[in-house]
Amino acid sequence: MEAFAKPLLDPGLPPPTGLKAWNGSDPAARYAVYRNNVVISLIDALADTFPVVRQLVGEDFFHVMAREHACKHPPTSPVLAFYGQNFPDFIANFEAAASLPYLADVARLEWAYVCAFHAADAQSLAPQALSGLLSQPERLSLARLHFAPAVRLIRSRHAIVSLWQAHQSEADWSGIDPSRAESVLVVRPELSVQLIPLNGSAADFLGEMMAGRSLAEAYECCALDDPPDIAAIFSLLLQTHALTALSLIDG
Amino acid sequence: MTNYLQIDPSPRTALPLRAGLGLKPEHFRDILDAQPSLGFFEVHAENYMVAGGPFHHYLTKIRERFALSIHGVGLSIGGEALLDRAHLERLKTLLDRYQPESFSEHLAWSSHGQNFYNDLLPAPYTDATLRRVCEHIDQTQSALKRSMLLENPATYVEFEASTWNEADFIAEIVQRTGCGLLLDVNNVFVSAVNHQRDAIAYIDSLPLAAVGEIHLAGFAEDVDAAGARLLIDSHGAPVAEAVWALYEHTIRRLGPTPTLIERDQNIPPFGVLLAEARAAERIMGTVGTRHAHALLEDV
Repeated sequence: MEAFAKPLLDPGLPPPTGLKAWNGSDPAARYAVYRNNVVISLIDALADTFPVVRQLVGEDFFHVMAREHACKHPPTSPVLAFYGQNFPDFIANFEAAASLPYLADVARLEWAYVCAFHAADAQSLAPQALSGLLSQPERLSLARLHFAPAVRLIRSRHAIVSLWQAHQSEADWSGIDPSRAESVLVVRPELSVQLIPLNGSAADFLGEMMAGRSLAEAYECCALDDPPDIAAIFSLLLQTHALTALSLIDG
Repeated sequence: MTNYLQIDPSPRTALPLRAGLGLKPEHFRDILDAQPSLGFFEVHAENYMVAGGPFHHYLTKIRERFALSIHGVGLSIGGEALLDRAHLERLKTLLDRYQPESFSEHLAWSSHGQNFYNDLLPAPYTDATLRRVCEHIDQTQSALKRSMLLENPATYVEFEASTWNEADFIAEIVQRTGCGLLLDVNNVFVSAVNHQRDAIAYIDSLPLAAVGEIHLAGFAEDVDAAGARLLIDSHGAPVAEAVWALYEHTIRRLGPTPTLIERDQNIPPFGVLLAEARAAERIMGTVGTRHAHALLEDV
């Protein structure tokens, strides 16, 4: 089985011995069907998870990049929905893609999208839970937020949200400056994943809140000259069912 | 239509004796909106081994309205290594949640070492493979607390080491483990062409009483190194005429049997697949019913 398995992902290895065909033909051509099935199915799995990366680099380039990734890092689990976790890092180090510095972060966004899509369902926090606290500033400052399993925060030095959105239709993306930093909150309020663009201060603040800090601690971490709009952020989190609970850190 | 179960008191399956379709996410809404008349839906187990989200939402709703078959593609029953206990546990969770009428897996392997190859790979038909496959099926059936159907493979090579022919090998597995069969008629045809076997003789030598489900699918054409026809089990095309003919033969032998139209590539609109399911039901209704009447006259 080792002899059958190894050449599947290593085109440099000869096909296994011990195979035969009814007509005495070279079994290598028949073994190639398995090689092809394995590699193409893994490339297809990556293409399903990273459709925008594929559009950005084109079919042929994606095929080469995905093939190399599949051969070097084949899946270790039969649950292929989650194959590709390391693909963004692979892209970041893929020399032929070095001229597209935003590509790895677009892949990180697409990975987050898939994780959010399949994340556990959760009971979202009722808006009243927050409104009660808003009238008690001392307690509010100690509040810690618990986020739904689907929620992801992606911060990038590149215009990943604009690029992603432009590729959801035939829209022209030539006007996008890829070197503009963008951050995004990935949420799944009901059954559909949504990408919410965030400004820098909101992303800083949410990054701290998602790391488990209290509201006061998170606020202190943000730049004084560009404070986050806490009311707007809370309203966004409630609307997108991003929160599951509130707790108070013992002060 | 004659109720076959009234004639054969030992039902081979809990699925309705009708045609079913593979459930595709792009058809979720169409199915719930149109509520088509269909025997059952089948899903690949691994696609639903996710925590939550739309896949479970829609499968739950569809399962409330239709019979369900869960078909595994990643257990690697034909593999050398011990079965992956974590995967078996995931299967158990899924089956407990959806309580499908049928669970099936393949006579093939897909994992080796740390790697999952995402293809149904062949094993030599030897005594050693037989023992291992039977152990894996025993382990699966006892972990899942239910019997499973084993699917015959489509293969492209044969092994010099094989000492059994495939049909006898499968019959022996059924005999030793008590599992049922998922008879993939397209696989029978593909392998028959690829290895110059007689497809009808192959079907006739299987323990047909153990067949709980049939698969029908389309194949792709290739050639081997000598230019001989080599068929690829692509699930990407309509069921071929030759496979329909083989299906008719099978139904003549078996009577109506739950029959899945499998389509995993180049997926057409739902209505196109529904028409293929109707074609299978027409064959069950004519050929299969004649079979039932013949049985009654024998009594």
